[in-house]
Amino acid sequence: MKMLNQVKITFAGRSVNEGFARAALAAFLVQLDPTVPQLADIKTAVSEAVTNCIVHAYPDRIGPITMTAAIYEGGVVRITITDRGVGIPDIAKAMEPMFTTGDAEERAGLGFAVMQSFMDKVKVSSAPGRGTRVTLTKRLDARA
Amino acid sequence: MAKVTFIPGSGTLAAYLSGEIDHHAAQSLRKEIDAQIDDRLPELLTLDFSGVTFMDSSGVGLILGRGRHIGALGGRLTVQNPPRAVRRMLDLAHITYA
Repeated sequence: MKMLNQVKITFAGRSVNEGFARAALAAFLVQLDPTVPQLADIKTAVSEAVTNCIVHAYPDRIGPITMTAAIYEGGVVRITITDRGVGIPDIAKAMEPMFTTGDAEERAGLGFAVMQSFMDKVKVSSAPGRGTRVTLTKRLDARA
Repeated sequence: MAKVTFIPGSGTLAAYLSGEIDHHAAQSLRKEIDAQIDDRLPELLTLDFSGVTFMDSSGVGLILGRGRHIGALGGRLTVQNPPRAVRRMLDLAHITYA
């Protein structure tokens, strides 16, 4: 698959940057002329991934989050969200719906379930103590 | 940037949410709504999502958390008027709405 364009942004893991990440991604994807639902799906998935970094990867400090977005031939979008935080000891467990190590009163534990529902493919790789990388892929079908 | 506007009634409290609800916004919305619940002790809290332009699963956590809070005080919560993007999130979380 031939890559047509790419952008890479690193920002501080502050919750105010969740909106920045969505807005920056939306601005980059304008060139694909996505539909409103397509863009909403991708923004939601990225918001979940970035929030996971802020809440879980850096529980007691502000760390860096890197977002890479790439456009490939055929309208395929691939986004990677990388942190250098605590890592995930059991990825399968972390991806179970309703599972959360965060504040169970306020967190729904749906982050990965949303990513899987709204994107075509979700890949997670993680090393405890070194960080986590989430790769989100979606093909934007041509407008009817 | 999310906002919430309250309209109290007799035993009821309506909270009209607007803007983008993510983890950042949910933190302040939670405090504002809980303060109103604690102050007015409504039997019914209605969360209206008609002005919400974006919501991730933090919004689901916001709803579930407020439901627990008002439930512990003997009240109940309903969700109304979610736009399409919000409906998708609510359906995924099995949250019913009017």
